[in-house]
Amino acid sequence: MPFLDAVRLALQQIWVQKLKSFFTLLGVMIGVTFLIAVVSIVGGMSRYMTEQLVGKIMAVNSFELRHRPNINMGDHDDNYWRELRRRPRIRESDIEPVTSALPDGVLWAAVGTDNLAASSRYVSKPKGVTAFTVTDDYFTIKRMEPVSGRLFSPQEFERGMPVIVIGQDVADYFFPALDPVGRELTIRGIPYQIVGLMEKQGSAFGFSFDKFIVAPQKSTINRYVNAHGVIDAIMIQTPSREGLLSAQETVRQVMRARHGLRPSQKDDFALETSDSALEFWNKIKSYLVIAGVALPAIGLVVGAIVIMNIMLVAVAERTREIGIRKSLGARRRDIMSQFLVESATLSTVGAALGVATGFAFAKLIAAVTPLPAAVELWSVFLGVGIGAGVGIIAGAYPASRASRLDPITALRAE
Amino acid sequence: MSQDTIEAPLGATAERQAVLATSGEAPGKDWVIVTRGIKREYDMGGEIVRALRGVDLAIQRNEYVAIMGPSGSGKSTLMNVIGCLDTPNEGEYWLNGARVSSMSDDELARVRNKEIGFVFQTFNLLPRATALHNVELPLVYAGVGSVERKRRAREALSRVQLDGRMDHRPNELSGGQRQRVAIARALVNNPSILLADEPTGNLDSTTSQEIMRVFESLADQGQTVIMVTHEPDIARHARRVVVLRDGLIASDERRSAFVEKLGVTV
Repeated sequence: MPFLDAVRLALQQIWVQKLKSFFTLLGVMIGVTFLIAVVSIVGGMSRYMTEQLVGKIMAVNSFELRHRPNINMGDHDDNYWRELRRRPRIRESDIEPVTSALPDGVLWAAVGTDNLAASSRYVSKPKGVTAFTVTDDYFTIKRMEPVSGRLFSPQEFERGMPVIVIGQDVADYFFPALDPVGRELTIRGIPYQIVGLMEKQGSAFGFSFDKFIVAPQKSTINRYVNAHGVIDAIMIQTPSREGLLSAQETVRQVMRARHGLRPSQKDDFALETSDSALEFWNKIKSYLVIAGVALPAIGLVVGAIVIMNIMLVAVAERTREIGIRKSLGARRRDIMSQFLVESATLSTVGAALGVATGFAFAKLIAAVTPLPAAVELWSVFLGVGIGAGVGIIAGAYPASRASRLDPITALRAE
Repeated sequence: MSQDTIEAPLGATAERQAVLATSGEAPGKDWVIVTRGIKREYDMGGEIVRALRGVDLAIQRNEYVAIMGPSGSGKSTLMNVIGCLDTPNEGEYWLNGARVSSMSDDELARVRNKEIGFVFQTFNLLPRATALHNVELPLVYAGVGSVERKRRAREALSRVQLDGRMDHRPNELSGGQRQRVAIARALVNNPSILLADEPTGNLDSTTSQEIMRVFESLADQGQTVIMVTHEPDIARHARRVVVLRDGLIASDERRSAFVEKLGVTV
């Protein structure tokens, strides 16, 4: 029998017995629903981690020289943390040797950061902000632009003038319904003039990236951010991804020499890229995917058993039909494929419904929790493929039983 | 077609004897069905039931034959064997020049599809399919394309005067109409033989007459018809009557002889 006729016949069967078919499909549907939901959420988290969280903290094609990694994900033992505490800080005096060793076209910026309390005359309560003290190329590397006002002038950088640019959350809190540009924000009793309001950076896992102020490194704020001569990081950006590794190697050699490390000793500083920050996430992700596949598999097994049962019932109910078809010239393989196609169609329809509800479920989770979700096209094919596969496996035995029926006996059946 | 040609096979008894005697040889083209010493036994829980005990039957193209006999005479078994639904334990069965008795399941399915049109007592239509779709079924298994299938199924339905009922399901049709759908389905593949098993068993007498007229006109058009029945009234429509008793052919006569015995005039 031609394949499409068989599919149409199967769909008719499903349609005629809608409720029964629905219950039959439920197992496969739930299995695929969870599969799709898990894949979507893991995919969404992954994209979020890469693009939003790490992408916001780390600039493109860049790495940071730090005394210890900024992003610590994973299990580390006490020795690891003790070792980190013993590390020497990165100092302003490291900037010149490190940056002069880098090839032309590489951008760099020194960065210091800490949480400081700030206040303004427009709101009574002070509030913490994340203060950054940076050198010239910081904004270029981070690709940050002001939405109103301006960035710092070379003179302001050079002289460490009391000027700052602020993030959206800072503007919203300290200058409600006001244009913050030109107004003053006070930190440790010193007023700083706001020259620019930066564009919105967004948030990840409920953590906002807009609670910042940025000041020139030579600004008085730096005193409160770091001890004299200490910096938190040197941010280095290469023009292309290819230059990233060699730039890291150059920086590593310079720093090892400056810290007087012997070849046997490990680095006592961190070169952090977005890849190294994501390493641990990728590990979690692989566990999540395994769990996300194993759990729905149980649903699919149950679904397969239900389908097998229903198909055995269908074969028994339609014994006479099988007899009629055989008397009209259906071969074993015609009967076999009719029932196989029917169970495969049944289960594929279940899988398709599962894909739809899986996406809906993922969207729902994304809407009510901070977990993001992303629709992955391959999971649709996977879901539907699994559906067809489960149907064929579950249908094999009933179909083979149907095909082996004796036509005379089958014709006599009620 | 004249009465003479129809009755010719019975007149040529010697010829029939000759065909039946040449064991192992393919019969000539004119012989649609030749069975030589067909035996069929069943094992019914340790007890051997000998349903057919050596049936020799030769039927020529264009014959209209009734197979009669009381229940238990083996006529259903013979019909199953002739219809290629069952295979004999012993003996040869030649259908349209092919030795069917040594065929595999799939080959038998093909033969049923191409050579045999079944008409059953209980119609055996698919209840959820329309008349048209029911008639299409043999063509589906013959691998005929959808457009051609529909065309031929419509043609077959109009041959049995059901043009207006093509989209009706069996439960929307009367018994006579259902049987005519079944006849259309049997004819749609242009089979060598039309094999009817008690075709009027579930019909009232008026409808029975109507169905018998359909068979008659098909026989007139040259269709070979074999009908299994236990009703003499129905059997007398055929032009040759074979009577089975205890798994053997008890008599094989022209209609005229059969009707005489019944004491009724046609």
